[in-house]
Amino acid sequence: MNIPTITPILTTTNEAKDIKTITFRYPKTVIPGQFFMIWIPGVDEIPMSVSYVNKEVKGITFRKIGEATHALYQLKPRDKIGVRGPYGNGFTLTGKHLLFIGGGTGVAMLAPVVEQARKRKLKTTVIIGVKTKNELFFEDRLRKSGATILISTDDGSKGYKGFASSLAKDILTKEKIDAVFTCGPEPMMKTLLSSCRTTPFQASLERYMKCCIGICGQCCIGKGLRVCLEGPIFDGKTLKKIDDFGVYRRDAAGRKIPV
Amino acid sequence: MDEDAGSIQRMIDCGAGAIVTKSIGMQPREGYANPTILELEFGLLNAMGLPNPGIDQYGNEMKQLQKSKTPIIGSIYAADTQEFVMLASKMKQYGAAGVELNVSCPHAKQYGLEVGCDIALLQTIVSSIKQKVRIPVFVKLSPNVVNIVEIAQAAEKGKADAIVAINTIKGMKIDLETTHPILANKTGGYSGKAIKPIGVRCVYDIAQSVNIPVIGVGGITTGEDAIEYFMAGASAIQIGSAVYYRGPDVFKQVCKEINDWMDTHGYKKITEFIGAAYQ
Repeated sequence: MNIPTITPILTTTNEAKDIKTITFRYPKTVIPGQFFMIWIPGVDEIPMSVSYVNKEVKGITFRKIGEATHALYQLKPRDKIGVRGPYGNGFTLTGKHLLFIGGGTGVAMLAPVVEQARKRKLKTTVIIGVKTKNELFFEDRLRKSGATILISTDDGSKGYKGFASSLAKDILTKEKIDAVFTCGPEPMMKTLLSSCRTTPFQASLERYMKCCIGICGQCCIGKGLRVCLEGPIFDGKTLKKIDDFGVYRRDAAGRKIPV
Repeated sequence: MDEDAGSIQRMIDCGAGAIVTKSIGMQPREGYANPTILELEFGLLNAMGLPNPGIDQYGNEMKQLQKSKTPIIGSIYAADTQEFVMLASKMKQYGAAGVELNVSCPHAKQYGLEVGCDIALLQTIVSSIKQKVRIPVFVKLSPNVVNIVEIAQAAEKGKADAIVAINTIKGMKIDLETTHPILANKTGGYSGKAIKPIGVRCVYDIAQSVNIPVIGVGGITTGEDAIEYFMAGASAIQIGSAVYYRGPDVFKQVCKEINDWMDTHGYKKITEFIGAAYQ
């Protein structure tokens, strides 16, 4: 059976403007980087990466951006949502000094893997890149994990002024980084990949998803790689062979549109 | 799968002998909101809603497959004869080895089953395509009808080259906690293991009533499932849901299982047992 399990929302937390975290009881084992399908009955069902991983309780963090996230944003504790999953592969931690780059809301799904790396006592540097400082969230949470946190803002309102990918390039040339992990806008991730050269690289991709179980083909990239099943985390070697990475995605009708 | 050139190529590499594309229409269509597919106890329930980029854009996908030696059959859906003819003509232009008419989708208004239930209209559509476009025409039928045989015969009268049976069976799944039907479209089409006996029966009835080949589809997951369809009278088989149950390698696995079964039972050719069930 692969159908939503109805579960009440336990907590809702405002993280920044238009950004919320919702937690719910869901005792299945989840690897950071994996995602759920969140069903809002009567509205839609959407993929959401896990942002909090506890034994009994899981969480998702999202920006109010479309019809489904607007509906999700309005929900309160005890309201019911449907959850199924987890789906996808999740991150694989390798190396001793790790660099994480989260662009926009991308930091939400990186947070649990950063905490996992710190639990393993790995040297961990995190770049949180946002347009402007009031979009920033999870800074305190990640500092508490013991990771080194760097902020970049496009407008210079906090930390480094400029793109997270430029800041990452500086770090990659100055320090010995064993592996790079990223989630954010695809052009940013593509730039990062080109800065990485031989450094192992893992990126979380976002595609319009429908079935989430690898049968409908909606989220395919390259030669039939299903983002919902073989992804959403892909390594640099695979991504270098995918022409559409950082360039095109597909809309609900399967038409190619710029990312 | 099979909505884009990349996933088609992967299915070919995984051993599929031919490909049927996603059903393509005149205009781009987004399909239904999620949930679109559920896995129930004994099969998959889907209401994708015929999502596709439209025939013009689909040419870009077909172009990438032109060098492929594996036949690509363009599945097409439309609301009237003229559109079906245009779609078939475009598919031919793109290098399709044939077209499969989706006149059996159980959950898209104006299309699919609504066309496939009208015997006179179906015959006109098939004969118009055959007259105006020189391309093999397969007609995929729905089991959600009173008499599937008379529909197959109408397709044959229109000079269809083969019948494909069956499409999914209309169904529903309700969530008890919220009282909502889970699929956004409420109803969907049921596929997988559960529908195999229905497909086998349809193929068995049709194959004895028409003089054109029947392609069996519905719940085929293993080599033995395929052999059962051959014995019911199918000349070829299609696999869809089993890509979920066994992964893309299902094509190679089913071929091997058919060969192994034939070896242990002393058969050399599949034709030796096509229709073996008629007694």
